[in-house]
Amino acid sequence: MKYFYYPGCSLEGTAKEYDASTRAVLKVLGAELVELEDWTCCGASAADAVSYLLSMVLPARNLALASRTGTSADFLIPCSACYLNLRRVDDHIRRDTRLLNRINEALAEEGLKYDGGIRSRHILDVLANDFGAEGIERKVMKNLGGLRVAPYYGCQCLRPFQDFDDPQEPVSMEPVIRALGAEVHPWSMGARCCGAGLMTTKKSVALDLVKALLTAAKGADCIATVCPMCQMNLDSFQSKVSRLSGEDLSISVIYLPQLMGLAFGLPEEQLRLKMNFAITDVFHSRLRTAGEAAAAEAG
Amino acid sequence: MSTQVSESHSSDPMSVLGEKLSACMQCGTCTGSCANSQAMDHTPRYLWRLVQLGLKDDIFQSKTFWLCSSCYYCTLRCPRGLPLTDAMAALKRIAVEEGLFDDRKSPSFYRTFLDTVRRYGRVREMELMARYFISLKNPATPLSFTPLGLKMMLKGKISPQMPLFSGKGKLDRIYRKVREMEANP
Repeated sequence: MKYFYYPGCSLEGTAKEYDASTRAVLKVLGAELVELEDWTCCGASAADAVSYLLSMVLPARNLALASRTGTSADFLIPCSACYLNLRRVDDHIRRDTRLLNRINEALAEEGLKYDGGIRSRHILDVLANDFGAEGIERKVMKNLGGLRVAPYYGCQCLRPFQDFDDPQEPVSMEPVIRALGAEVHPWSMGARCCGAGLMTTKKSVALDLVKALLTAAKGADCIATVCPMCQMNLDSFQSKVSRLSGEDLSISVIYLPQLMGLAFGLPEEQLRLKMNFAITDVFHSRLRTAGEAAAAEAG
Repeated sequence: MSTQVSESHSSDPMSVLGEKLSACMQCGTCTGSCANSQAMDHTPRYLWRLVQLGLKDDIFQSKTFWLCSSCYYCTLRCPRGLPLTDAMAALKRIAVEEGLFDDRKSPSFYRTFLDTVRRYGRVREMELMARYFISLKNPATPLSFTPLGLKMMLKGKISPQMPLFSGKGKLDRIYRKVREMEANP
């Protein structure tokens, strides 16, 4: 299967491990990624707060680059905010015909044009539906039996576009986790907000949201994420949240493709596991025993 | 369900927004669904009433819309199908455009972010944060981020890159055109 791969800015910086593990896992699954060398930022949440037209033109520029290649494929997007912004373009031009003309008037400055119709898809959608639990299970070399994973979806891959899952009680990650041999930590926080960009502008508010999530994840060995912003808030601010609340809330936080890569037997260096802040010793020892338990069972 | 608050074709974005939200029946589902309502001075429901009534001073003295983290729960659950998350963004745009804010953190961050994108086409996280802190002119804010910034560097997640000194930015032409088009809708 062929996809236009849109990593987005975070995956070049604070989320390099998401990029590395996504590429590695998709390669194992046999996906072909078409790179758009000249891709630019989707506008994140900043463009929409400053200029509506810019918030449409920035993501549309990337869709126009893809349509220029003549290749027909879906966009595969690991970042939930990028997914939302690219996905929004087609939604809005469908409702407002004048808008597409205005977008193209701006894109014409670079000789680009977009006609609509390219599907923007979140990576979880692609993993759960194009490859599916069976396709994923076939690639498992190291069963993660005994590992308890809290599936964390966050907001923007689920809402407002309900492309592939229930927007309030999502389940699409569960078959993927079970396909790796791991267990699903039952909780009701999978679709709750992590605070997103408020961590930069209204920190105390975001820290409260992270605390609620980390508290609910107690009993799990790790939280699996599918968004660089969710990962950053849960992973790199968790020591601060623990300190502020006077309670040890430490738990491993790992991108879903990293977890899949571990089950596929890929080396930790390739999955850049050392770049995560919150990988606990418990997680490491659980990974070791998971492999042994699975081997003993097979033997 | 609609997710759209499109560009204002009228000269007054506030009245356009008021019209978009005229069907709000004040049920409060948005407030009940909001991840951050406990930190807001006005609840989202109350804010929409102010928007319907066009009480601009009250709206922009409120911090409520700056506390929206775009989780889209209110948009999803609104029984009238109103684009509430986008309406929060529309209020941010009006505030940035007209300078209607006391706390400049959010506007500074958005502006700095977009200017970094104009220059390089992509976000350079380290330069973005550095320029954001400079724009705040408040030494306390960068200090609260320093330990994390250092940890990020040690992990190789962020790295200093040469800033661009020439005047020409990657997305200059598109930005200029958008500005021009917005001046003449």
